[in-house]
Amino acid sequence: MVENGIGASLKRKEDNRFLTGKGNYTDDINRPGQTHVYIVRSPHAHATINSVDISAAKAAPGVVAVYGGQDLIDDAVGGLVCGASVTGKGGEVNKTPPRNVLTIDKARFVGDPIIAVIAETLAQAKDAAELVEIDYTELPSTVSTANSDADGAPQLHEECPNNVALDWELGDKAAVDAAFAAAHKTAKVELINNRMVTNAMEPRAAVGEYNSGTDEITLYVTSQNPHVHRLVMSAFMNIAPEHKFRVVAPDVGGGFGSKIFTYNEEAICAWAAKKINRPVKWTSDRSEGFMSDAHGRDHVSTAEMALDADGKFLGMRVNSKGNMGAYLQLFSVSIPTLFHGFLLAGQYTTPAIYLEMRCVMTNTAPVDAARGAGRPEATYLLERLVDVSAREMGLDPAEIRRRNFIKADQMPYQTPVVQCYDSGDYHASLDKALGMSDYDGFSARQAEAKGRGKLRGIGLSSYIEACGVAPSAAVGSLGVGVGLWESAQVRFNPTGGVTVFTGTHSHGQGHETAFAQLVTDRLGVPVEQVEVVHGDTDKGQFGMGTYGSRSLPVGGVAIVNACDKIIAKGKKIAAHTLEASEDDIEFGEGNFTVAGTDKTMNIAEVAFTAYVPHNYPEGVEPGLDEIAFFDPLNFSFPAGAHVCEVEIDPDTGTLEIVNYTAIDDFGVLVNPMIVEGQVHGGLAHGIGQALLEGCVYDEDSGQLVSGSFMDYCMPRADNLPSFNVDYCPTVPLHNPLGVKGCGEAGAIAAPPAVINAIVNALDIKHLDMPATPEKLWRAAQAAG
Amino acid sequence: MATVSMTVNGQAVSGEVEGRTLLVQFLRENLNLTGTHVGCDTSQCGACVVHVDGDSMKSCTMLALEAEGADVTTIEGLAKGGEMHPMQKAFQDNHGLQCGFCTPGMVMSAIDLVAKNPNPDEATIREQLEGNICRCTGYHNIVKAVQQAAKGG
Repeated sequence: MVENGIGASLKRKEDNRFLTGKGNYTDDINRPGQTHVYIVRSPHAHATINSVDISAAKAAPGVVAVYGGQDLIDDAVGGLVCGASVTGKGGEVNKTPPRNVLTIDKARFVGDPIIAVIAETLAQAKDAAELVEIDYTELPSTVSTANSDADGAPQLHEECPNNVALDWELGDKAAVDAAFAAAHKTAKVELINNRMVTNAMEPRAAVGEYNSGTDEITLYVTSQNPHVHRLVMSAFMNIAPEHKFRVVAPDVGGGFGSKIFTYNEEAICAWAAKKINRPVKWTSDRSEGFMSDAHGRDHVSTAEMALDADGKFLGMRVNSKGNMGAYLQLFSVSIPTLFHGFLLAGQYTTPAIYLEMRCVMTNTAPVDAARGAGRPEATYLLERLVDVSAREMGLDPAEIRRRNFIKADQMPYQTPVVQCYDSGDYHASLDKALGMSDYDGFSARQAEAKGRGKLRGIGLSSYIEACGVAPSAAVGSLGVGVGLWESAQVRFNPTGGVTVFTGTHSHGQGHETAFAQLVTDRLGVPVEQVEVVHGDTDKGQFGMGTYGSRSLPVGGVAIVNACDKIIAKGKKIAAHTLEASEDDIEFGEGNFTVAGTDKTMNIAEVAFTAYVPHNYPEGVEPGLDEIAFFDPLNFSFPAGAHVCEVEIDPDTGTLEIVNYTAIDDFGVLVNPMIVEGQVHGGLAHGIGQALLEGCVYDEDSGQLVSGSFMDYCMPRADNLPSFNVDYCPTVPLHNPLGVKGCGEAGAIAAPPAVINAIVNALDIKHLDMPATPEKLWRAAQAAG
Repeated sequence: MATVSMTVNGQAVSGEVEGRTLLVQFLRENLNLTGTHVGCDTSQCGACVVHVDGDSMKSCTMLALEAEGADVTTIEGLAKGGEMHPMQKAFQDNHGLQCGFCTPGMVMSAIDLVAKNPNPDEATIREQLEGNICRCTGYHNIVKAVQQAAKGG
C-alpha cells in the first residue's frame, strides 16, 4: 500500500498559496506598459444602432484607442462561434446567427458589447466611455422562454424565423402515445427550471500581450480550458495561429461552466494588444458579469407519465422550451438537447420516452453550460414528475421509485434515450439514504413539528448524470465539433522528481493534489515529489479542459496511462542494469525487482540512469518522459439518492432545511476529503436554485432586474445546513480507474429533493423554484 | 492626487491616490498585495475583507484616504515566521477552501468573528459569516474550520 495514494484524504498542496494571499489569479497579473479596456454596452434589450460618435471619447485624457466592431472585421477577426450542430426535426441543423465581437447593427440584450475604450488607467477608460455617443432606435423586446416563439413576437435574427434556433425531438412518439392510450393513470406537471447566473466568485478577466519581436500573442484569461480558448480563437477568430498564440489560465477562482466559453472581451484584449502594441487588461465588474457571463438553465416544460395499475412507468412525454439568449454560445443548443434529453430515463425502466425541445432566441444574455448543464434540468423534471405520479397513485415516493428502478443485475442497461448505463445500484443507494435519514421516523417528526406550528416535509431525489465527457466518436456523430479525449505527460526529472502536465485545468477542484496522488499510487514516488502543471498552452501538450466532471474520469486515466508507459520503459532499463530478463522484472511501490530475488532498483535510480545512460540497453531512447492520450469508451454514470427534510413556518414563509442526506455513487474516491467538498458545493448550488436564486428580466423592458448580489440571492452561510454525506459505490465497466466524477452531482440532485420536501410539507402538487419565503407563505396560506 | 500613509502588515507605507481610490485598490494596485480580492461592486461578497485597526472591514467600502494613519492587516500579514495563523491552518485542515478566491476575506472575517465570539456555536458562525459569499464549499467545511480555530486549533 503506497502512502498518500488513491483513497487518502491528503490535505491540499494548493492551499498554502491560497491561504497566504499568494494565489495568482488573472486580475493579479499586470504587465509592463499595460493599458485598460472598458466596454460600452447596450442599455437596451433590443435596439437598432443608428450611429456611434467616438470623437469625444478619443480625445479624453489618457485614451489610447477606441474601437468598434468594424475595426475587428477590417483586421479579419472572426465572430464568436457556436460549436454545436445538432440535428433537429426534419433533419434540420440548428440555425446559428452570426455574432460579431462588438455588435454593429443591432443590440440584442442588455449588456451587448458595442465599443471598446482603451486608456492608460481603468478610471480614464471608464470616464471616456461616458463620452461615447450612441444613437439607438429602441425596438420591442422579448425575454420570455415560453412566448418568444409566438406569432408577432419581436424578431432577433433574420436567420431564426419565430426566434426558433432548433426544433428537436428524441424518442419514439408512437410508442409513447400507445403507452398513454393503455395507461391505468396518467400524471402531469408543468414546471419552470429557473434561470441561474453562475457567479463564480472570481469575475472574468483577461490580459492580452503582444511581442513584436516574435510576433506572438499571450492571453492571460479566466478559463477552464486554455487550449480550447486558443483553438477557438485561432481556428475561427483568426486572432493568431496556434503556434504563435499562448493562452495562460493561472489560478481560476471558480468557473462552474461559465469560464468554458470564449468571450468578446477576451478576444478584444488579445487582438488590441497587437493593434496598439501594448498589453491590454480587462476585468469584469460583478454587474458586467451578471449582464454578460453565460447564464444557465431556463427551461419551461410540461411533463407527463403514463402508469399501469401497479405504478409502473409505461411511457413519458415531455414538451419543453429552452431559452438560448440572444446568441448561441459555444455549447448552447447541445445542452437542452443532448445533455438533457439523454438523461430523461433517470434511474427507471420507463420503456418509451418522447421529448420535444424547442430552443428559442430571446433578448437576454446567452445561456449555456452551468454546473450540471442539462442534467439538472432533466433530473428536476423527472424527479418532480415521479413525485406527482406517486401522488396520483397514492403510493409512497420511495415505493414508486423502487417499483421502477433499473435493477443492479440489469446492468449494462440500454435506455430508450441513447445512453447505455454501465453500472449502478439504485435500490442500494435509496435504502442507504432512507436509513441514514430515518425516513421511517418521519411521520413522528412531522407530528411533533405540527405541535410547534411548523409544516415539516420530506423529499427524495434519485438522480443519474452522464459525466466523463466524452467519447469523441459518439459526441462527434451528434454534432459536437471537437474530440473530447484528454492528454497527460509524466516527466521524471534526472533527480527523481516528477512533473505531470495535464490538459485539464483546476478551478478549485484540487487537481494538484488528487492528480499527484494518482502518480504516487501508480509509481510509488512520494507525493511531495510530484508537481502537477496545468493552465498554460506553452507548458502542457494539449487538452480539452475541465467541465462535465471529466478531469478525473478522462484526464486522470490519461495520467495513469502515461505512468504505465513509464513503468514499461523502466522495466527495460532496470532489466539491463540488474542483468535480468525484462519479463522477470516486477514493479511495485516504486521499485523494479527481479522476481524471486532481492535485486531491486528504485524508480528514481531508473530515472537517473535514463538521463545518464552510460550503461544502457540497446535500442532504448534516453530520458523518462511519456505522453498518453485517453479517449473514453463511454460516459460515466454517477448516481445516487438524496433526502431533504424541511420545516416551514406558515406564518412567515421561512424555511429551514433540518436534514440533508446525500448518498452518491462516484465509484472509486481518489481523495475523499476533496470529493466530499465537491458534494457540499454542488448541494449549495442546487439548494440555491431551489430556494433563493433566480435571474429575472423585465417582461416589458427587457431590463435585467437581478443584476447584482443585492438583487440576486446567492446562498450564504446562514441559508444552508451542514450535510450528511456518504457513498454507495459500484464499479463502472468502462473506466480503467473505476472513477465516475463528482463535481456536478449535488447541483443536479438537490433541486428536486428540496422541492419534493416542500410540496410534501405543504401537501400541494407543485411549486416553482425559487421557493422564496413569499411563495411559501402564499402557498401555506392557500393550503390553509 | 493626494498622499495617503498608513501601516500595512506592520510596515509604514504611503502612496499617491485619487479621492475616489478605494482602500482595496490601494492595497492591490499601489502595494501589490493581491491577496485581497474584489468579487463584487456592491459590498456584498466579502472577498476584500481586511482588518483596519483590529476590526474586519470590507476594503471596497472604504476610501484609501479614510485609512490615513490606520493599522491595516491583510491576508499576507497573518503568517508569522513561516507558520500559518491558526485560522489559516484550520481552513486547510478542514478543506474550508476550494478555488481560493473568497478565502482571504473569509479567513479575515473568521478571525474577527472568533476574536469577538470566543466560543461560537454553528448558528453564530453561519450568521456572522453572512457577509462573505463562497460559491465552492457550501460553507460546511468553513464552519468546521472556524470551530477548530475557536477551540484553539
